[in-house]
Amino acid sequence: MNEALTLLSFGDQGWGDQIARGVLVTISLAIATLPFGLIIGFLVALAKNSSEPSLKLAANIYTTIFRGLPELLTLFLVYFGVQIGIQQGMRLLGFESYIEVNSFVAGMVALSLVFSSYASEAFLSAFRGIPQGQYEGGHALGLSRYQTMTLVILPQLIRLALPALGNLWLILLKETSLVSVIGLADIVRESGIAARVTKEPFLFFGIACLIYLFLAIISSTGLARIERWSKRGDVSR
Amino acid sequence: MTAANPLTGWKSPPQAKRPWTWTKITGHILMALWVIAGFYLLVYLLGNLEKPILEFLTPHLSGAWAEYAERQLATHEFDSFLERYGNKYIEGFLVTLQIVGLSLLVGAALSIPIAIARSSKWKIFSTPAYAYVYFFRGTPLLAQTFLIYYGAGTFRPELEAVGLWGFFRDAWYCVIFAFSLNTSAYQAEILRGAIMNVPKGQWEGAAALGISKPVTFFKVILPQALMVALRPYGNEIILMIKGSAIASIITIYDLMGETRRAYSRTYDFQAYIWAAVAYLLIVETLRRVWDKIEARLTRHLIR
Repeated sequence: MNEALTLLSFGDQGWGDQIARGVLVTISLAIATLPFGLIIGFLVALAKNSSEPSLKLAANIYTTIFRGLPELLTLFLVYFGVQIGIQQGMRLLGFESYIEVNSFVAGMVALSLVFSSYASEAFLSAFRGIPQGQYEGGHALGLSRYQTMTLVILPQLIRLALPALGNLWLILLKETSLVSVIGLADIVRESGIAARVTKEPFLFFGIACLIYLFLAIISSTGLARIERWSKRGDVSR
Repeated sequence: MTAANPLTGWKSPPQAKRPWTWTKITGHILMALWVIAGFYLLVYLLGNLEKPILEFLTPHLSGAWAEYAERQLATHEFDSFLERYGNKYIEGFLVTLQIVGLSLLVGAALSIPIAIARSSKWKIFSTPAYAYVYFFRGTPLLAQTFLIYYGAGTFRPELEAVGLWGFFRDAWYCVIFAFSLNTSAYQAEILRGAIMNVPKGQWEGAAALGISKPVTFFKVILPQALMVALRPYGNEIILMIKGSAIASIITIYDLMGETRRAYSRTYDFQAYIWAAVAYLLIVETLRRVWDKIEARLTRHLIR
């Protein structure tokens, strides 16, 4: 027991600081992905909700692809694809060089693609929960389409989409672990290194699992609070 | 058949003209991009079939074209990616199928006692079941797989003593074990949710008819619950297929593993494109088939 505590302590003897750095990387990756995923997801949902068939089809192809691919494969496609794409572009311009894409950025792009395609479904079902009368009311008040969207629809939309988006956030948090495969020093990678060096794999991977669990618990309490806040205007029945 | 409008002979009023709004322009541009990307991909992947295409075309060609094709066939070394690795991909696909199938079955068997314990009135049963479900749903599958595969090494002496070391040393068994535990937690929640979804009146009605509890459960409640659970079960299968790619990280040569091996040998990006095509085909086919099955099984329900 004492041995385990020494291994987990901060400083020269233990792996506490390395793992703490990994936690920071994991959290910052998830938080960096979130805004892109939400914005792209909202735009894709708008496209799916439009009456224009070509726009709807284009958006549906997007979600079909990124919901159908395994997240790990999307990650590799982005990581190696962007690398090869840039290299070929450079070759066309006459440069011969080897370029390595930052694994944080690659992870961010891949996770944004996946997150946005799931988020678009969440937003779409929220759109369906808003009665047509809300748009007509906005129109009757003389609001422009943009104003109706931002002032009338969006506040209600967020409330309706929040539970599903909360779930997606929890999934995103777990999916960041995949980026360790392309070399990002997140929780899984740091604890993997510690496990290999100290030959205590069960301890370190167990700790990694517990950290993820802890992050999930914190997120759920936070999400519950946000949900309560978003419903503060509801009439209590 | 008489026309609706005797003056023009039209059967229905003409479609309203849709003007070129910004939405329409954006939609057409995006669709054009998809079509171009798809076409480019098709040409890129069809490069593999250069030889069969040339062989097929040669007898139908004439003049300079035929000469060109014959020269190409005679002098060119055809060494396509598909020819070299196609079989590997099929083998990998079968391995993926085995992993997913086995894990889902074992998980389904495990999920029943967990779901029962989880909805038990007694805390000694419900709390551990809740913790189990929370753990496996709250942590990444990758970390769970590592915990089991690498973590088993910590207990090597103990495992050797009970003769289980052979099981945990093998990546294949570890993957099945980890995935089964993971999916059992998800399936337990699906099952519990579905059973809770059946109205209480069904239990009471069966009790009023003098039907015993076990018979009520299996003949009245479970069939209705499984109807509700069909869609989440379908989603779970798809999640499992996608999640099984993780097995490749611990040296299993499933579809993803074969892809990574092919890429590391050739540095040919096609490796990943083929994998993407394969996974998309599998998931999309399954989704459509499952929708059909669901529609068929729930056709008596008013929706």
